[in-house]
Amino acid sequence: MASEARENVVNPLFNNNPIMLQVLGICSALAVTTNMMAALMMSIALTAVITFSSLFISMIRHHIPTNIRIIVQMTIIASLVIIVDQMLKAFAYDASKQLSVFVGLIITNCIVLGRAEAYAMKNPPMMSMLDGLGNGLGYSLLLMAVAFFRELLGSGSVFGYQVLAVANEGGWYVPNGMMLLPPSAFFVIGLMIWAVRCWKPEQVEKPEYQIHQVHRTETL
Amino acid sequence: MEHYLSLFIRSIFVENLALAFFLGMCTFLAVSKKIETALGLGIAVIVIQAITVPLNNLIYDYLLRDGALAWAGLPDVDLSFLGLISYIGVIAAMVQIIEMAMDKYTPALYNALGIFLPLITVNCAILGGTLFMVERDYNLAESAVFGVGSGLGWALAITAIAGIREKLKYSDVPDGLQGLGITFIITGLMALGFMAFSGIQL
Repeated sequence: MASEARENVVNPLFNNNPIMLQVLGICSALAVTTNMMAALMMSIALTAVITFSSLFISMIRHHIPTNIRIIVQMTIIASLVIIVDQMLKAFAYDASKQLSVFVGLIITNCIVLGRAEAYAMKNPPMMSMLDGLGNGLGYSLLLMAVAFFRELLGSGSVFGYQVLAVANEGGWYVPNGMMLLPPSAFFVIGLMIWAVRCWKPEQVEKPEYQIHQVHRTETL
Repeated sequence: MEHYLSLFIRSIFVENLALAFFLGMCTFLAVSKKIETALGLGIAVIVIQAITVPLNNLIYDYLLRDGALAWAGLPDVDLSFLGLISYIGVIAAMVQIIEMAMDKYTPALYNALGIFLPLITVNCAILGGTLFMVERDYNLAESAVFGVGSGLGWALAITAIAGIREKLKYSDVPDGLQGLGITFIITGLMALGFMAFSGIQL
């Protein structure tokens, strides 16, 4: 029991990361990662929503008719997102302005609905809650990592504190402007996937079409 | 008239939902292995977007906005906090209705789109379009133009990447980058290309 709970929380961090392997929830991962503060806010918001939505959906899973389950799940998720959105507006107004529409887009973040469908509909509440928490943390981990590189290389700072002395203030570091622009997020995540798959080769996808039969020893 | 034309062009190229705002990325990466399916999904997105954005605009203007209920004799009521839940409800209902209507009147198109229609409910591009409409305060005509344009931009992006991925399977990609990794990098390069539009002033 205890080990299953541990699995549920730890597994999504590296072995089955929602962004890198399940291809879920990428939209927000890219848009809010220009600085670490926004990424942190987003991570907290999403982790809270997914933990509680898994818990509530799992609690009522025997009472949801199958044909309308998507709408029921959507309603639960949307209500939770409204709560988070209102909280952000009340206690962290600047951050909520910065995240603009992306807080609302947690509703359609596929991680939340994906975990509700794949896990919470079949498992008891406590386990689902831990599964939600694990996936939320896996998402947060990647989000923070991407934001770290983008903020460090793009504006020479971490959490708003200047780490590298920037050139136009008399320092030595010339900021890489591209890191602040949208496309860099794709490159950073692509390279991270590469790094993780070198570390854990069992995650590598098989090619659809074999090219150099002579040079390549592995078979399809 | 010029204003609408420039909004239309801007929503297709400069503010492309997929490549400038990363909306609908999950579907974008998952359903872009073949051109035909990508094109089908793209058309479905255009149709839904063209209907839901103006519809949500009406709901926002006449029901939810601060003081919008003045016509019902309730000038002090502000229901804007109910926005998210009403928009997603409208989108889910619209998708369902369109699915049934298509099944009855245009079975050929219905069969072509198949499983993609229900998937659209959770496509962030659709909800994103509505939320941008609210944030930028578009009126009804503007939101209709914006809906069609942004849907068209998304369809263009997914068709383009599907074309690239069909060729890509014959290229020799490093093991760790195979599949998802290289797709991210290509999307990045495409986004970089689309940024060339961003300097255009209309």
